[in-house]
Order: sequence, then structure tokens, then C-alpha cells
Amino acid sequence: MGKNLVGNHIRKLRFNHNEMTQQQLADRAGVTRQTIVALEKGNYSPSLELAFRIAHAFNLPLEEVFFYGENKEGEW
Amino acid sequence: MTYQEKKSIVSLISTILIFVVYCLYRYPEYPEEALNSKETLHYWGSFVLVLTLVSIAAHIVISIIFNIVFRMTTREKEPTFADELDKRIDLLAFRNSFAVFVIGFLLAMGSLVIDQPSKVMFIILIGSGFLSDVTGSLSRLYHYRRGV
Repeated sequence: MGKNLVGNHIRKLRFNHNEMTQQQLADRAGVTRQTIVALEKGNYSPSLELAFRIAHAFNLPLEEVFFYGENKEGEW
Repeated sequence: MTYQEKKSIVSLISTILIFVVYCLYRYPEYPEEALNSKETLHYWGSFVLVLTLVSIAAHIVISIIFNIVFRMTTREKEPTFADELDKRIDLLAFRNSFAVFVIGFLLAMGSLVIDQPSKVMFIILIGSGFLSDVTGSLSRLYHYRRGV
């Protein structure tokens, strides 16, 4: 299974938000912990609705949580 | 390992165990001397029907036991809903499972075309049902571990 082109900063953002657990984020976004695990590993590209829900859980705009293509570490 | 991965493994093992134990239990009852008779058809009909019922009941019981053990060992609650990843993986697993069963079904019909006894047709049909179930569980496990 190839890596998805949609990447994210979820792991880093969880850490920056009082070390939020995967389960807490899952509860806020309305998904299971398995989905957060898959997203963090880059094994799954979320739907647009889920991407917005996750961004909303961090109180951040979508583009600060997700990116397309190569990860530009310097931006974070 | 997450709940879904563990559940896929438990489902795979229970599918294999139920099928093997049931076949070992029913195999000695096969009416060897009565080829293509009403008795043989009755045997295969009851074989499939009882296997289906036993399989459903056993899966429900195993699923309940698994949830209890999961709660006790991890102190986590199992997910009570299926999210978009679960639904997508279910669709992929169903597609693979269906493909395997259709191939088995066509092979079973092919065995009748080349004048094989009905026993061969039923064995291929039941075997493909079993393999499609195993394929579904393996597909779930693969996609939960490797992504979609």
C-alpha cells in the first residue's frame, strides 16, 4: 500500500495541545482511535469533512493541520 | 494493536476453527453408498444450512466473549460505531470476499459441466464460501494494518 499524498501534523499538534491522547482527539472528531492511528502513520487520507472536524478539534485552519505532497518541516 | 486489528484476527481464527470442527463432525455422516440420491442432496442441504446457523451463533458468542476480554485486559471500551475508515475497509473486504466466492461458484458450475459428481460441486461451493470468509477477515486485517 503506497503512502498517501495527503500528510498531516496531527501527532505534533496533539503534543502541543496538552499532550492530547489519540482517544481524546478521536472523541472530538467523532471517529475511532484506529482512524487517528492510521492518519498519523500516513496510511489513510481522510474525507474533507473529517479533515475539517480534526482541524476544528485543534481550533486551527485546515491547511495548518493537513498538507498536500512533501512535508515541509520548516513550516512547523 | 488496536481493537479492530484484534477483532479481525479473532474473526479469522474463529472462522477457521468453526469450519474445521464442523467439517470433522459432519464428515463421517456422509452417505457414501447413495450417489446423487435424495439422501445425498438432503445431506448437503442440511450441511450448508446448519453450518450457516452454527457459524452465525458462534460468531456472536465469540464476539461477546472477545469484547468482555478486551475490556478486562485493556480497560478500554470497544468502539460502538463504524466511522468512515471502518466503512471503507468493510467495502474493500466485501469486494475481495465476493470475488473469491464468485470464482468458487463458477468453478462449482464448471465441475458440473465436465460431468463431475454433485459431491465435487458442493465441496467447491462450500469451500469457496469458507475461503471468501477467510479472505474478508484477511482483507480487513491487511487494510487496518497497512492502510487504504
